[in-house]
Amino acid sequence: MSLINTSVDTAIAIAERRSNRVGASVYSGRSRVVLERGYYALKSSTWMVVASGFVEPVIYLLAFGYGIGQFITGSTDGNGNPITYAQYIAPALLATSAMNGAIYDSTWNVFFKMHFGKIYNGMLSTSMGTLDVALGEISWALLRGLAYAIGFMAVVASMGLVPSLWGLLAIPAAVLIAFGFASVGMGVTSYLKNHQQMQWIQLVMLPMFLFSGTFYPLSIYPQFVQWFIQALPLWQAIELIRGLTLGILNLTMLGHVAYFVAMIIGGLFFTTRRLTALFLR
Amino acid sequence: MPKNAHKDSKERHRAVAAKKTKPEAMIIAKGLTKTYGDFKAVDSIDFTVHRGESFGLLGPNGAGKSTTMKMIAATSQRSGGELTILGKDPNSNGPEIRAHLGVVPQQDNLDRELKVWENLMVYGRYFGLPRKWLKVKIEELLEFAQLTEKRNSKTEELSGGMKRRLTIARGLVNEPEILMLDEPTTGLDPQARHILWDRLFRLKEQGVTLVITTHYMDEAEQLCDRLMVMDKGKIMAEGSPAELIKKYSSKEVLEVRFGSANNAQVAKELKGIGTRLEVLPDRILVYAENGEKCLEQIVKKGLHPVTSLVRRSSLEDVFLRLTGRTLVE
Repeated sequence: MSLINTSVDTAIAIAERRSNRVGASVYSGRSRVVLERGYYALKSSTWMVVASGFVEPVIYLLAFGYGIGQFITGSTDGNGNPITYAQYIAPALLATSAMNGAIYDSTWNVFFKMHFGKIYNGMLSTSMGTLDVALGEISWALLRGLAYAIGFMAVVASMGLVPSLWGLLAIPAAVLIAFGFASVGMGVTSYLKNHQQMQWIQLVMLPMFLFSGTFYPLSIYPQFVQWFIQALPLWQAIELIRGLTLGILNLTMLGHVAYFVAMIIGGLFFTTRRLTALFLR
Repeated sequence: MPKNAHKDSKERHRAVAAKKTKPEAMIIAKGLTKTYGDFKAVDSIDFTVHRGESFGLLGPNGAGKSTTMKMIAATSQRSGGELTILGKDPNSNGPEIRAHLGVVPQQDNLDRELKVWENLMVYGRYFGLPRKWLKVKIEELLEFAQLTEKRNSKTEELSGGMKRRLTIARGLVNEPEILMLDEPTTGLDPQARHILWDRLFRLKEQGVTLVITTHYMDEAEQLCDRLMVMDKGKIMAEGSPAELIKKYSSKEVLEVRFGSANNAQVAKELKGIGTRLEVLPDRILVYAENGEKCLEQIVKKGLHPVTSLVRRSSLEDVFLRLTGRTLVE
């Protein structure tokens, strides 16, 4: 075209600079532009959809923490000190809101973009790689999880439901949790082919929310059920956040962190592989 | 006639190109093959595309054109053979090769969640181009695509022709050396097609290499310097539109209709007239150097066609000769 590039790099120069790096065929270091796309898309979308995901855990908190909570006595933190029921479930709902935000974007929205919006076809016709797309989309989903978590944290902190200052660390923990769920969410979604299969995700999410030590301790279950629940990501997330908001720190928290790091790496790996198979084979 | 004007400029262009030293090969395919299971979508094809040339892939649906395009666009891995794009292998240098290309897919895949201007901005950002530079570039592209007024429209509000022009503008945002157009005017009304052709000519004049698939022979004749006729994953013929017509067809074609019930019967009596006969369900094609003379001969035999028409040979005739089938069925 008539406009000649003089002072600015061309698309070719930009791509060639990275061509000798390891993984250049899948990653061009440009996942942030996927976030820019998300920002433009969000600008013209309805904010109601964004808000509804945030309101849900607040409603649970009011109904269970303050409604049913009136009839529940004897809640304790891990060390046997008495706490209110609302203080007990608030961290669980915080973990849940981080999860919900991340899952909402990384499953339904990704499914739509993949099969109907043809967004990834477009992205992968450019010099971006599949890891750029995966990391960018997962980060976008993570941001929604983080936004929900921050909003919910503001609500519960102002209600006095975060007794420990360690609770501040619940926000970075929510980032980790949202990242893990978004990675696995997009990874799983990339293998699903139709709406029926997408419903399975819902079938897993709801029971996991209700039974992962959200509203009562695991000790009421028989041993083998406890082991099963402990293997689920939401239990890991709730334990991590509950320990922080109640100020009870121990080394098992590192185990929870490792669990989410594994989810992030595994999710990114499978999503990248699947995007390559779907769009570049 | 704009058509002739274009042809003249095309000839001039070719003359200028011929004077230069040997043309630079942009795309080289040798034995290029793509299989899906047992099905060979592209079956060991060889071709070369040179810089500044407008190269066409002509063939019916399912000929393997789009698959070939995807392999060149580094969005589909070849199953066999060799493919080199600007000296690089698309199987291992995908992102790098895609930085050189502009892609206009058969079905518009504009970002429906974004407005017109945003579509161009975001796509430019996918290439890592700076926002400041893109802001200037986008104005130029909007003007080129005649969409300046529509910058803040959602893509659903655009007509088919506008969407296609936006997709082309989007494909140009990285200033590609090769622009790939898959069926660029399919589904557009005649006026929109002519606007689009005009835009593509301008690009050609600016030295952009075009790779175009089409199943419209008029489009191929208008836009392409050189053509590859494909059918069932193979190359049937290759050359400039004029060369192909000269080689595979006669100068003129006489089309006569005797009514669908009679065509096959009458065809037997027409043997020996012209160089070749082609009997289609609705008409008979007589290939000849002089169509009018053939018509005289037919009338002398006491046969009176319902309608008759003498025209110049087209790529449609080339395709019919090569495959025994018409392009658009």
